[in-house]
Amino acid sequence: MSEIPGDLKFMKSHEWARVEDNGTVTVGISEHAQGLLGDLVYVELPNVGDTAQAGQAAAVVESVKAASDVYSPVSGEIVAVNEALADKPETINEDAYGDGWIFVVKLTNREELEELLDPDAYAEAIENEED
Amino acid sequence: MSQKTILNDSHRALGAKMVDFGGWDMPLSYGSQIEEHHAVRRDAGMFDVSHMTVVDLAGARTREFLRHLLANNVDKLKAPGKALYSCMLDETGGVIDDLIVYFLEEAFFRVVVNAATRDKDLAWIRSQAAAFDVAVTERPELAMIAVQGPNARARVATLLSPEVAAKALKIGKFVAFEGDGLFIARTGYTGEDGFEIIVPEGEAVALWQRLVDAGVAPAGLGARDTLRLEAGMNLYGQDMDESVTPWEAALAWTVSLDEGRAFIGREALEQQRAAGVPREMIGLVMDEKGVLRHGQKVLTEAGDGEILSGTFSPTLGKAIAFARVPAGAGSSLRVDIRGREVPVRIARIPFVRDGKPFDAA
Repeated sequence: MSEIPGDLKFMKSHEWARVEDNGTVTVGISEHAQGLLGDLVYVELPNVGDTAQAGQAAAVVESVKAASDVYSPVSGEIVAVNEALADKPETINEDAYGDGWIFVVKLTNREELEELLDPDAYAEAIENEED
Repeated sequence: MSQKTILNDSHRALGAKMVDFGGWDMPLSYGSQIEEHHAVRRDAGMFDVSHMTVVDLAGARTREFLRHLLANNVDKLKAPGKALYSCMLDETGGVIDDLIVYFLEEAFFRVVVNAATRDKDLAWIRSQAAAFDVAVTERPELAMIAVQGPNARARVATLLSPEVAAKALKIGKFVAFEGDGLFIARTGYTGEDGFEIIVPEGEAVALWQRLVDAGVAPAGLGARDTLRLEAGMNLYGQDMDESVTPWEAALAWTVSLDEGRAFIGREALEQQRAAGVPREMIGLVMDEKGVLRHGQKVLTEAGDGEILSGTFSPTLGKAIAFARVPAGAGSSLRVDIRGREVPVRIARIPFVRDGKPFDAA
């Protein structure tokens, strides 16, 4: 298991969220999730200006093997999407917590962050899943 | 509890991601499945296909029996060692399974059928064989390794004795022979040249390791699926089953309506052809980004069809699929992907030939 950056929060469905200094939240999928999916070949991004709902699908990632919804960890307006993934979806395989980010939400309800798992709790959730 | 091939520990030692496939614990990939795919297209890769079912048929009337059992005609097999791809049909013309049959001696043929259909295949073959006094013997003690790719045959040859190597490099496509204790067939499921090697279980692990050492890349079921779909080869259970005739599965080329041969299902096939075949299987390519998947709806001028096998083609860099559509579907087709109607093109099958885009790019 690779190191999970300490500033991330997670959903059990394997999305990560990072609260940026300006109060927006960057979202991606975890290292564990990209491993489960295998080689990614397509990312369906939301549009800037769309409204994301916490726990609702906001993007889709597709590997050779399967398509998987990406749920937004928080509610708010989509203020940025990672256009580079259109041509290089494999960036998520290579750098899930960095260049493989998917979209940014301007969150409307900070309390939603409390619902998310810290890295240790997420690591534990993965371990239980594998049993 | 799923079954394991003799190579299970070898796969795990290589770090394979394992999945259940037809009741067998098999490697999906060892790392990147796209890299495994390219290794087979460009160099040499290998697959553990020991889960497949080898069945030997013996008896003076074996050829007569196979004329009755198979939709393709074993009389095409004239020289010992020659192989033939065929469907095995039920009385309604539905496909029980697809298989390869090898003619070894006049009273001895070998067939290789799918793993997931083992039980029903054996039951069917045995029930049909009784009237011909043909002995049906499953050979579970045999493992099978498919070595595929432009350099596959040369790599295998380095592991064989000089005489056997020379013969292996000389035999034509769809021919098999026995040498060095191996059954070596120039067949495969990837669209590349190569061998399918049947080996006694006790020697399979050593052979696998020698192939690894010879630079053959282990490849999993994931790559096997993208390779066979690019090569235009059907997957039983996904592209056809008992509810589908060969006419509806792009398998007409495997049906031999030679005069006077009463094979099982022939009458139903002739009736369906006379009445007009209601559905057909076609190849699709999607130029837009995204991936075609099994079960997606295909919208046509003649009604809805569906995606059978669909995937992302690593060679073309686009999604490809087989679809079953109503007859007269026309050419302006769309696929429903999560509520979005995406245009697709009909493409010639195979999508990839000799490692290059055939018609689709």
